Amino acid sequence: MTLWRVAFVIAALLIVAGVSISINLQPRASPLLATTTSARDSGLLDYLLPFFLHDTGIGVRYTAVGTGQALDYGRRGDADVLLVHAPSAELAFMAENQGLCRSPVMFNEFIIVGPPTDPAGIAGMPNATDAFARIRSRSSLFFSRGDNSGTHIMEKTIWSWVGYVPSVQTDPWYRETGQGMSATLTIASEQGGYTLSDDGTFLVHRSTLDLAIDVGTDPVLRNFYSVIPVNPLLHPSVFAAGALDFARWLVGPRGQGLIAAYTVGGQQPFHPNGEDRCPP
Amino acid sequence: MTDIPEILQIVGLSLLVSGTSTLIGAVVGIPVGAFLALRKFRGRNLVRTIAFTFYGFPPVLAGLLVFLLLSRGGPLGILGFLFTPVGMIIAQSVIVTPIVTGITISAVMAVEKRLHETALTLGANERQWRTTALHDARVGVVTAVMVGFGRAISEIGTVLIVGGNIRGQTRVLTTAIALETSQAHYVEATVFGIILFGIAFVFFIALARLQAKGLV
Repeated sequence: MTLWRVAFVIAALLIVAGVSISINLQPRASPLLATTTSARDSGLLDYLLPFFLHDTGIGVRYTAVGTGQALDYGRRGDADVLLVHAPSAELAFMAENQGLCRSPVMFNEFIIVGPPTDPAGIAGMPNATDAFARIRSRSSLFFSRGDNSGTHIMEKTIWSWVGYVPSVQTDPWYRETGQGMSATLTIASEQGGYTLSDDGTFLVHRSTLDLAIDVGTDPVLRNFYSVIPVNPLLHPSVFAAGALDFARWLVGPRGQGLIAAYTVGGQQPFHPNGEDRCPP
Repeated sequence: MTDIPEILQIVGLSLLVSGTSTLIGAVVGIPVGAFLALRKFRGRNLVRTIAFTFYGFPPVLAGLLVFLLLSRGGPLGILGFLFTPVGMIIAQSVIVTPIVTGITISAVMAVEKRLHETALTLGANERQWRTTALHDARVGVVTAVMVGFGRAISEIGTVLIVGGNIRGQTRVLTTAIALETSQAHYVEATVFGIILFGIAFVFFIALARLQAKGLV
């Protein structure tokens, strides 16, 4: 029985050590950014955050989810600052007084991509709504994010302009991946289907994808990103100072200059349009 | 994209989180399992059935429940454990503990059927008998801990939902594999996969050695 007692004591010591090391690993002094997958998948955050750390000494941690989930993390007080791209959902969030302020950061373009063979014949169409209508009338395979992300919300908006709400129950050509932008692009490429993507993520992964840009010039396809520090009056636990510092830095000259300088494969995926709308 | 110190940090965090939750699972699950196997009390079969049911508890559901529990809006939100390694340990303990408990029950009950009458005939009292039963079931109990660790280090449901896959903070091997795969970084994903497999392999080899030498 001695062996068991020794094992028990060792186990208990290891648990205490493990938990205390884990707690030390966890500096609450760094704000948590809940962000859209496109900001991660395009490589922008891994490029920007080291500069912010260098400038301010504040290390931002981030978790990449869809815009809908990012806003929900904010509503729960689980994240300190949000980088999101669904203006309608953001305005609802602000109307609930959940956000301290909402500043525009940058934009890129949504694009409709599909197999190079272009079975629906939409390549070069100027109007996204017409292209979606033709994908539907030809029953061409289409992959939706299906995750309430900013891209998914945009896709549903375009379907509303078409005047038709596709559903996986009734439309065999319409599929939902439930995953981030990179994974959805890979699935569309492998299965030979169309999907709506932001151009930043597409540019990063273009070399591994068997997909071509079909529609990319419709002005309604502009994709606006905002930064929102979570309101500390509603959620006292949020790291408000660090969140506000990050939001200010991102829309200030330094952050905006870095965003403008960021290129992937020789192209600039994000165009800065920052404006500080946070109270001084 | 991912350099060596970062890989080591991810491996270390995987071992820390899964190792700690396995130890918690063992410290709780072995005594509870032995108790349920040996003590006779009303409703014992029902409790055993519940323990065996939780044995197959889906990690992603455990992840959701612990997420809701630890979220700032949840009952334990004040602790601030969401998106931290501590939260991940709590979530994995929820999965590992029933596994250790369930396999311990099976192992001890198998010994009990074989030895109980013999032991009592030879004049053992109940306390001596219980000590003997647990000692004789040690191979099964070690198996329980091994299976628990194997499940913890290879699951992704809880660590993704509760940890949030934060780089340098809560990214572990399984979430790193899923992320790299989704980014079409198949080389990185495969490297992480080989490391994960290697850890499991070394761990089980070491335990098999211990068993062969009769140390456990």
